[in-house]
Amino acid sequence: MTITQTADNAEAVIRFIEVTKTFPGHEGRNVVLNRVSFTIPKGRTTVIAGGSGQGKSVTLKLVLGLMRPDSGRILVDGQDVASLRRRELEQLRTKFGVLFQGAALFDSLTVFENVALPLRERTRMSDEEIRKQVAATLEQLELLGHEDKFPAQLSGGMKKRVGLARALQLDPEILLFDEPTTGLDPLMTNDIYRLFARTRQELGYTAVIVSHDIPKVFKLADQVILLNKGEVDVFASPGEIKYSTKPYIREFVEMTMNCEKTGATE
Amino acid sequence: MQRMPQSDIPFLLRPIARLGDRTIYVLRDLGRMGVFLMFGVAGVFKHPFRFREVVKQLGFIGAGSMAVIFFTAISSGMVLGLQGYYSLHKFGAEGMLGSAVSLTLIMELGPVLTALMVTGRAGSAMCAEIGIMRISEQIDALECMAIDPFRYLISPKFLAALISVPLLTAMFDVVGIFGGYLAGVKLMGVNSGAFFSSMQQSVTNHDIRLGIVKSFVFGLLFVWICTGRGYFVQKIRGAGFGAESVSRVTTQAVVIASISVLIFDYLITAVML
Repeated sequence: MTITQTADNAEAVIRFIEVTKTFPGHEGRNVVLNRVSFTIPKGRTTVIAGGSGQGKSVTLKLVLGLMRPDSGRILVDGQDVASLRRRELEQLRTKFGVLFQGAALFDSLTVFENVALPLRERTRMSDEEIRKQVAATLEQLELLGHEDKFPAQLSGGMKKRVGLARALQLDPEILLFDEPTTGLDPLMTNDIYRLFARTRQELGYTAVIVSHDIPKVFKLADQVILLNKGEVDVFASPGEIKYSTKPYIREFVEMTMNCEKTGATE
Repeated sequence: MQRMPQSDIPFLLRPIARLGDRTIYVLRDLGRMGVFLMFGVAGVFKHPFRFREVVKQLGFIGAGSMAVIFFTAISSGMVLGLQGYYSLHKFGAEGMLGSAVSLTLIMELGPVLTALMVTGRAGSAMCAEIGIMRISEQIDALECMAIDPFRYLISPKFLAALISVPLLTAMFDVVGIFGGYLAGVKLMGVNSGAFFSSMQQSVTNHDIRLGIVKSFVFGLLFVWICTGRGYFVQKIRGAGFGAESVSRVTTQAVVIASISVLIFDYLITAVML
């Protein structure tokens, strides 16, 4: 396994090297990522922030091999995601748990079946063992009593919690969160963050959170990556952002401070 | 592949550029669909076999289509009986009605109409279901859990279609012949013995084999096109986004599948007859 050291000497689990990704637009190609390089340290929480359309979700899809970069390399545990064969990619994905923006629950399956799906399909556990493990996770995420409901019968926050429960089933090393609090009210948002903090403390996974829920999400972050017009700025801690001299980051810091003030008055 | 903006291309060359662009798009789309077919078929043989899902799909594609197939078959058979009687009566050859009705149904109408009805009923639903799963990231979620979406989602539909369509076609043939019998013998007074003996004399194993081959090919065609268009809903140019893209692609899938059935009907007949 290739080990790359990050600035704070943590082992790098994900590494972007000169990655470019473009999409067709009305006038030629829209450059979403322009030769960006950064690393994501193992066992830490990295927040990827930026405005809409700046490539936050694209970054996650590139990590998972759901999209290929136009150029550059993405290394996960030293393996170049774009060059992997189908089976190797499948193997690599077993390291990941993903909480999708819309939770991506299977509409035709109940809460229990959704959470049990990775165990049924990827392990040789007996029905009884699966039932016990799913019940334990549902209890951990405060979902007991909702096992027989279908996704359409759940609130937005509950769907996210079911998505998190499903993502945790195979004991992932890296958990990717795509906008985990979008569309939730402040109470549900806090609820998700509380459950995230608790499960991360208990399970110790590497977390990558893509979010525009600023500044709240920074409270969870060890490292922050800001995406803006195809370029990235990496900060070893959320506190470092305010020392940046770049105009867009200055504007960003002011906006964040305004948000904090508004939050304080609320 | 990078597309040049239209404004960068000299005015007179734009039609050629558009033609080239369209050709490349169609070739890529065909390639994508070819790989999809390969994975869809291969997924049938992958472990673990999804028996329950195959049974569920057999119920949906097969048992669920029986009523539609019954009514289509009985009406087609009765129309054939009446039309056949009208034509044959002119030559005093009403006794050949059984032969005309059964050959037309077994070799042509049975496989084609069954495929068209199943495409309209089950193919459209499959395309919409998979398209919605694609746009709501459910297929991405499967891939992220290292669950092969072909084995889990597509291949059970392939297998169920390959079992259901030939059986539905056989049912169509029997019900259609009964419809022809009703119209020709019971309504128009053709001799019952002549009806069945002409059928027995003219229908050969080769004719039945032709019908079975057609039904297998049509079954594969409809399930491949309908599931494939749904699977690639986000890659289809001009389909738009969200719910609109699913509705457009579903319509497109049904049209392409129906036309393909008719084209392959001619090709198989030309090769096997």
